[in-house]
Amino acid sequence: MIDRTELWIIIFGLGLGSFALRFVFLGLAGERPMPEWLLRHLRYTAVAVLPAIVTPLVIWPGATGGQVDPARLAAAVVTLGVGYVTKNVLLSIGLGAATLVGGLLLG
Amino acid sequence: MTEEMKHAYWQGIRDAAPFVFVVAPFSLLFGVVATEAGLSVFEALSFSVVVIAGAAQFTALQLLLDNASVFVALASALAVNLRMAMYSASLTPHLGRAPMWQRMLIAYFLVDQSYACSIVAFERNRDWSVSEKVAYFFGVVTPICPMWYAMTLVGALVGSAIPPEYGLDFAVPITFIALIAPMLRTAAHRAAALSAVALALGFAWLPFNLGLIVAALGGMIVGGQVELVLRRRGLWVDP
Repeated sequence: MIDRTELWIIIFGLGLGSFALRFVFLGLAGERPMPEWLLRHLRYTAVAVLPAIVTPLVIWPGATGGQVDPARLAAAVVTLGVGYVTKNVLLSIGLGAATLVGGLLLG
Repeated sequence: MTEEMKHAYWQGIRDAAPFVFVVAPFSLLFGVVATEAGLSVFEALSFSVVVIAGAAQFTALQLLLDNASVFVALASALAVNLRMAMYSASLTPHLGRAPMWQRMLIAYFLVDQSYACSIVAFERNRDWSVSEKVAYFFGVVTPICPMWYAMTLVGALVGSAIPPEYGLDFAVPITFIALIAPMLRTAAHRAAALSAVALALGFAWLPFNLGLIVAALGGMIVGGQVELVLRRRGLWVDP
């Protein structure tokens, strides 16, 4: 069960923080460019943070009490493969979800 | 509004139209997952209105469910949103001279789709005035952002009707993987993702989900370094 105080701290903290990130350059109207090394690392935030979040969820899913689950593993592999080849986000979500439901029904 | 501004505004709406089909299901899914996680309809909708950033919302929600500390949940979700600072920097030469109240609104509505459409349009129409560019930006936002709120509401309303045995716990991982896969365009991106995966597993024993922070920072550094090496060897191609 999610703690209510924590939830609202997250909602407003994330809202304010995201606004700050979006406003920082536009608002200060600084035409000064960001240092190159910083931009170079920022380019990789999404491809680093999202896999770091997902990997433990795929390998040790909470729904199976942390046991490796073939249906969820197969769904993850299908989603990744379809997304990598087609670059189509919705198609890979659809086929990944279909694999999961199929695997759960079989298993 | 001048005729030129109206023209730019409507062009923004037209350019944004296809993205509605991307935003709507994603937002619907957030509403469903949020109510499955125990959020009320009001809480789920507040999340989407206050934060208005899909991947960060999913991140924060998932980490709250995993009993991560508030600090780790906030830091991770904000890390997912760091790209917004890059968008802000990249739009500043075009919109930095708009009135402050407009820049504040632009900042609030700065999302992947409004950035992507705008930067392409601004590069293509270099003769546009600042007010035409602002009009275009709000044209893009007009179909996308209200859709974001509305579909979260719909998702939250139907979410409670979906029984748990459909494996909805796995909706977030599948969504994230589907978002990551198309980003793996260069060797640097693939190296960043792979090292983040390895570090996340290796440091999973750290308390408060701090392994996530280690893995994210490690992945960013590896990605940046691989890009640097490729550039020095003249092998880097802008994605």
